[in-house]
Formats: sequence, structure tokens, C-alpha cells
Amino acid sequence: MERLLSIIFIYILVDNFVLQRFFGICPFLGVSRKMETAIGMSMAVVFVMTMATLVTWLLYSFVLVPFNLEYLQIVTFILVIASLVQLVETSLRKISPTLYQGLGIFLPLITTNCAIMAVALLAVREEFAFIEAVVFGIAASIGFSLALVIMAGIRERLEMANIPEALQGSAVTLITAGILSLAFQGFRGMLTL
Amino acid sequence: MAEDNSYLKDFSRGIIKENPVFRLLLGMCPVLGVTGYLVNGVGMGLASTAVLIASNVVIASLKNFIPPQVRIPCFIVIIATFVTIIEMMLQAFQPVLYEALGVFVPLIVVNCVILGRAEAFASKKPILRSLVDGVGVGIGFTLALGVLALVREVLGQGTVMGPDPESAIILFGENFEPMGLFGQPPGAFIALGLLLGLVNVLFKKFHI
Repeated sequence: MERLLSIIFIYILVDNFVLQRFFGICPFLGVSRKMETAIGMSMAVVFVMTMATLVTWLLYSFVLVPFNLEYLQIVTFILVIASLVQLVETSLRKISPTLYQGLGIFLPLITTNCAIMAVALLAVREEFAFIEAVVFGIAASIGFSLALVIMAGIRERLEMANIPEALQGSAVTLITAGILSLAFQGFRGMLTL
Repeated sequence: MAEDNSYLKDFSRGIIKENPVFRLLLGMCPVLGVTGYLVNGVGMGLASTAVLIASNVVIASLKNFIPPQVRIPCFIVIIATFVTIIEMMLQAFQPVLYEALGVFVPLIVVNCVILGRAEAFASKKPILRSLVDGVGVGIGFTLALGVLALVREVLGQGTVMGPDPESAIILFGENFEPMGLFGQPPGAFIALGLLLGLVNVLFKKFHI
């Protein structure tokens, strides 16, 4: 239990996926312009990341390892993630059209979100047990959402600010992300697994 | 002559005008993640370039056989195969670099530069032009990683060609205190943000 709690704390704050590990930078820069889209993307990521960790972990431990097929890891994982996204999209459209309307446009983007692939690969590399891997997936996705939502809040205010011409657009966004990352640096070393 | 020009254009576009990192902001995860040292940055750039060239050529040569409805999964499988090959080669021949790059090696598969070139260029253009495009974009990507890594290593560590103490060249005297910030995650964001600003100024000045 203690280990699970530390996994949650570490991957939300100490080792934040976006601000400390640099996974999922593209959506972080791409959809953080408005709070509304940031929240939509976050929910889609929490959903898919948890599912992806669960499925890839099971597949790796019960199919790839017993048959000595570890070298197929990359191909398998990316196919699982791509088909999972497709599956979630199709079933969501059928089961909950309202939720689909909220998440729909973000789902295809998630296939190339490297945070999802990273979480699947790291769960195997860190040799997490099943429950730990699932908790890791949830915590990492909450960490991603936290960074995305904070960034969206800042960027909405940044619209009004007077920014030097050369730094307008993505340059100032990156510098802001740097300062945000500096703030998260404060959690460094508080906990280790 | 017109033909030659178009090859040159395919080649140079990826390096300057549509530099994947400085202009299009694609493939940012490895750009920020592995640029603590010049060696790692350039190594990552070259590994991605190899995958990009190989997948561009294969996709361009298979474009008539891939049904358009399932093209994205096909591209992904082709890219993933080459990433697996590169991962194994790095593991075998460059174990130090492989360790340093860590999980970012298998993550080349979700690098949007590669899938982007496959979708936007290689799936429509002839094989030779796709090859040239792959080389150009690859050089542009490696160049961007190299520049950022150089800035971060010089400021953050005070060395070039580290972290291996045998090859590392110490640039400044004994009293130099490196700015640790640039070696750490926040420095990556800030250095890239400032570099983007510089690139914006230069592009404006030379009207590119």
C-alpha cells in the first residue's frame, strides 16, 4: 500500500511526466491554448493511458515473455495502443454520445502521444507488478492532466500580456513551461521508490 | 535542370525553411529529453534520421500496395520495425549511448516527425525524392538537437563531448561554476524557448 501511494505521489508531482520527464510535449503545447480543450484532452488521456498500461502489461507478461518474443515489444505496444484508441472511439460513440462529443476529436491525436507509449514501456522496464503498473498508469495520466490544465490556465492569461515580438507564440510557451517545471523541481528528491 | 532543382528543394526544405524542431515544433519529446549532452543529442538525431530515411524509402516504394483506409497502421508497423532494428543495433554496438538515451529509443516510433513525413510526403512522392526528403529532414532534426544540446552542455556542465570523462573537453577555467539549471529539465524548456526566439529573429532579418 505504501509503495502504491508513493507511486501515485511520485508520478503526479515529483517525476511529473510532462514537466520532468518530457513525455507528451506535443499535446502539451498543442492543446493547452484553451482550458476547455485542455480538460477534454486530459480526460481522454486518463482513460486511454490507464487502459493501455493494463492491456500492454498483461500482453507483455503473459504472451511476449513466455514465448520469448520480447523483441516484438515496440511493434506490439504501438499496435495495441492504436487499436485501443480506435476501440475506445467506436464504443464511446455507441455507448455515450455526450462523452464522445467531448473527447471525440482528441482520441485520434492520442495514438501519437508519446506519453501513452512511454507509460507502457516504463511499466515493463521498471518491473512493476500488475496493480503497481495500473496505478502507475493512472498517476502518470493525472500528472499529465495537472500539467496541461495549469498550462492552459496560464496561457489564457498570457493572451493579454505584452510579449516581445520574437518570443510570441511557441517560444514564450516553452519559457513558461520552463518556469512551471522549475516550480515542480521543488518536489525533487522528496520521495523515491 | 528543373528536376535537379526540385531535389535540392526537397533536401533543403527540411533543414531550414521547414525545420521540424525550430519551425514546425514536431518531435519535441526527444528534443527536450536527451539534449543534456551533445553526444546524446546528436546520437538521438542520427538514430531518428536512420529510421526516417528507411521508413520514407519503404513507404514510398510500397505506396501502391497499401490500401488508403489502413495506411496509418501500415506506416506505424513499418516505422516500428525499423525502430526495433535501430534499438537492437544501438544495444549491440553503442551500449553507452543506448543506456543514456533510455526509453527515448523505442519512443522514436511515436516521433511525429517520422509519421508526419510518411503521411505528407513519402506516401505520395517517388522513391528517390522521398529518400532525399528523409535525408534533409533528418539533418534538420539532428542539427536542431545538436544546437540545443551544445547550448545546454556548455552552460550546464561547462564541457563539450561529455559525459564520458575521457572524451570530455573542459571549456572554462577552474573557477567556472556551471549553471546547473541548464542540465536539468527546466533548463531544457527555457533554452529551447530562447533558441526559438533567436530563430524567429534570424528568419525575420533574412526574410526566409
